[in-house]
Amino acid sequence: MNQVNEQKIPKAPSKWKHYFTFILILLLLWGSAYQTDSTFKELIEGFPNMFSVLDQMIPPNWAYFDNIIGAMLDTIRMAVLGTTIGAVIAIPFAIFSASNMIKSTWVYYPVRFLLNLVRTIPELLLAAIFVAIFGLGPLPGIFALGIFSTGIIAKLTYEAIEGIDKGPLESMTAVGANKIQWIMFSVVPQVAAYYVSYVLYSFEINVRAAAILGLVGAGGIGEYYDRTLGFLEYDKVSTIIIFTLLVVLIIDYISTKLRENLL
Amino acid sequence: MIEFKNVSKVYPNGTQGLKNINVKIEKGEFVVIVGLSGAGKSTFLRSINRLHEITSGEIAIDGKSITKAKGKDLRIARRDIGMIFQNFNLVKRSTVIRNVLSGRVGYHSTLRTVLGLFPKEDVNLALNALDRVNIVEKAYTRSDQLSGGQQQRVSIARALAQEAKIILADEPVASLDPLTTKQVMDDLQKINQDLGITTVVNLHFIDIARQYATRIIGLQAGEVVFDGPVEEATDERFSEIYGRPLETREDEEVEVGESAHESSK
Ligand SMILES: Nc1ncnc2c1ncn2[C@@H]1O[C@H](COP(=O)(O)OP(=O)(O)OP(=O)(O)O)[C@@H](O)[C@H]1O
Ligand SMILES: [Mg+2]
Repeated sequence: MNQVNEQKIPKAPSKWKHYFTFILILLLLWGSAYQTDSTFKELIEGFPNMFSVLDQMIPPNWAYFDNIIGAMLDTIRMAVLGTTIGAVIAIPFAIFSASNMIKSTWVYYPVRFLLNLVRTIPELLLAAIFVAIFGLGPLPGIFALGIFSTGIIAKLTYEAIEGIDKGPLESMTAVGANKIQWIMFSVVPQVAAYYVSYVLYSFEINVRAAAILGLVGAGGIGEYYDRTLGFLEYDKVSTIIIFTLLVVLIIDYISTKLRENLL
Repeated sequence: MIEFKNVSKVYPNGTQGLKNINVKIEKGEFVVIVGLSGAGKSTFLRSINRLHEITSGEIAIDGKSITKAKGKDLRIARRDIGMIFQNFNLVKRSTVIRNVLSGRVGYHSTLRTVLGLFPKEDVNLALNALDRVNIVEKAYTRSDQLSGGQQQRVSIARALAQEAKIILADEPVASLDPLTTKQVMDDLQKINQDLGITTVVNLHFIDIARQYATRIIGLQAGEVVFDGPVEEATDERFSEIYGRPLETREDEEVEVGESAHESSK
């Protein structure tokens, strides 16, 4: 009885699919390298250069610290303001994207589409556009961060809204609440903690983003990268890198701890 | 007074939820709706405050059509009807008192309620309502820290704080054990008797229905197949109507009682 009926055994899936995928990936890699003119030769030739830059970076120019502390504070301020703008604008967007808040697909599909569109634009590009409109300085940077974080916060929040318990929604309808009371009493308490957590998360991202916005003239510490790299002052560059790293790490740590306590 | 006039409801998928219902429920009655699963009990109850829309006929409350009410009129009509759900439907992350006060939103401006600035009388009303269901000491506790029976009493308190003239309860004790079932049903009965609030309750178990109701309405396939005082709602009568006796809680209680006994040893 240990002879299994041949017809019952399913055919093992062909391995060809895996081979094919593998070859396709190789082709894509090779194609990309070819199209962008990057070769291993170049990589190897660039190596010594890398070491010489590293060599010039050490030791960092600690005295330069005093010059950049203002710009670093500016960077954090930009992130704070940008995140705040994003957090406020994200609220209506999140509500109008959630299918359990707005019954009509004619409303929430277009709003979601807009959000997705916003999230595909890199913040550096946004900043460059705003610099063209408002001129150099932190203002265009703040706007760029605001729009960028609207996309993130609204997207995450509307998903949280769609996941809430609908029991309280029903009971608020039953007591005769109007739409705003209905949201305040049954939706807000259920998503508030998530929302705050997403705002903090977006703040973490914004601090990192704000640090490079200066490259396109949108304020913050990034301008100093531009300046020092241009003058080949690598010891100063390393000071900025270390400082940025430290600030980002500290903010990430605090924010993560806060978020852990929220949820 | 709640009046159903030729009320029918057909769900979009073609299911007949209610079929030509004509029922009058007088002020102060304690009506229990019974019927097998899918008979239309929830549909009946939810049509009254329009959590479900009916497809034809009309429902009037104290002579005023709720079926035709729109916007603010509908909200005011709903404000006068408290609703109690099987799953309590409290906001678990909010405090008990905030859940009870949420029953007051229909009485105040949007701004005032959104800022949580309920007048002192409202807070007193809420505390009194909690006291009436013996749970006032939990007023500032987060609702998810309460047991099921306690949560259900909070939702009764919400209906009281609403100063509702009618209380609708959709299987209020289905997820509670026998002891808490008794407490919750006693609360509903006491409120009905003390305050004269018209009460309509859906129940699965005919024995509990007999114990509390002044009048029983039996539904089957969306139609009223029994409507009368408790004395007439005999086992024989129901066996005749449904082709089998309706479930009682006692069968269950024996099991639950035994296992509770086991675990207490
Ligand atoms: N949203 C809906 N769409 C379609 N059919 C529905 C819907 N809700 C209920 N029904 C159907 O309508 C009929 C009555 O349902 P209802 O929920 O009122 O019954 P019930 O007596 O409350 O049952 P139970 O004791 O199981 O709660 C059932 O056949 C049910 O399947
Ligand atoms: Mg039901």
